[in-house]
Amino acid sequence: MKRRGAAWQLFWAFFRVGIFGFGGGPAMIPLVRAEVVTRHHWLTDEEFADVLAIGNTLPGPIATKMPGYIGYRVAGVTGCIAAVVAIILPMIVAMIIMLGIFSRYRDVAWIRGMGQAVVPVVMVMMAQLTWDFFDKSKAALGWWVSIAMAVVAAGLIYWLGIHPGWVIGAILVAALLRPSGTKPTGAKKAEGNA
Amino acid sequence: MIYWELFLAFFIPNIIGYGGGPAIIPLIEAEVVGRYDWMTAQTFAETLALGNALPSPIATKMAGYVGYEVAGIGGAIIAVVATVVPTLLLMLGALGLLYRHRDSPRVKRMSQWVRPVIAMMMAWLTLGFLLESLNSSGAIHTLIIGAVAAIALIRFNTHPAFVVMGALVYGGLFLG
Repeated sequence: MKRRGAAWQLFWAFFRVGIFGFGGGPAMIPLVRAEVVTRHHWLTDEEFADVLAIGNTLPGPIATKMPGYIGYRVAGVTGCIAAVVAIILPMIVAMIIMLGIFSRYRDVAWIRGMGQAVVPVVMVMMAQLTWDFFDKSKAALGWWVSIAMAVVAAGLIYWLGIHPGWVIGAILVAALLRPSGTKPTGAKKAEGNA
Repeated sequence: MIYWELFLAFFIPNIIGYGGGPAIIPLIEAEVVGRYDWMTAQTFAETLALGNALPSPIATKMAGYVGYEVAGIGGAIIAVVATVVPTLLLMLGALGLLYRHRDSPRVKRMSQWVRPVIAMMMAWLTLGFLLESLNSSGAIHTLIIGAVAAIALIRFNTHPAFVVMGALVYGGLFLG
């Protein structure tokens, strides 16, 4: 009974995070912290920082790894499912309904116009993300290494048609296996061998 | 078969995509538009626009919607499970190991080294959206919408939902 109560609390906590968390996963972390540390005291500040650091050692969206782990810790498998479903489900349903209505009336000229007009907006958003990732990349690896890696990867993926999974997988393996303390330029070599 | 393809299309981007949900977008596009042809660049852009205008994580919204489009509710569940479950299980199962390595330089290096490749794929996707828009709306409308959106998003930090709404109004009035 206690566990079921906890699962409900988890559900509502992450439901709120999902409803108010704009801007994608990483932008939602402060909201998760507000619920988990400040409001419900499920984790201390240090524990929260650890969970975040652990989550970042793994790929995939952070905004589902954290709720899943915290839910599991607080109320087992039920808690895990409650937390993850609460954060993702409402907006998936909203997407399906809204885009469903939209595509139904795609033949109407002005609705099609609406669809066309969002493409430049998405282009700008993607350009912003591109800049953000290149900027962080420059800070960590420097301009030349970043650009060289990008160019080599572009050649492999778009010119030779190698699946991005192989290219990125090779880089991940190289990063993991290469001894610490060496310069990151070795990634290029690893890519060439992919 | 379709369920297996859906699973792979979302499992692979999420298992290699370091850098959170946004890093996964170009990888998902490579599968959904590039490899399996489930969506056109136009519909992918529309999905992404709505996804960016709504709250909650972007990777699961994309998975849920694309899965539903391709194979109904079962497809949505498969795509979301492929997005969420593998890394979550890794996190629950290997917690002690990951805890010891959470500040390891090798782990930091993994996301650092992947970043230029993700950035390049994002740049490629940006170019794809530009060509798509030039093709469907023409240079003048693309320039107007793109410039206004860039100023609103970057200069004034306008919420993406309002920018998307503005574009919808513009499109309804002038591109119909």
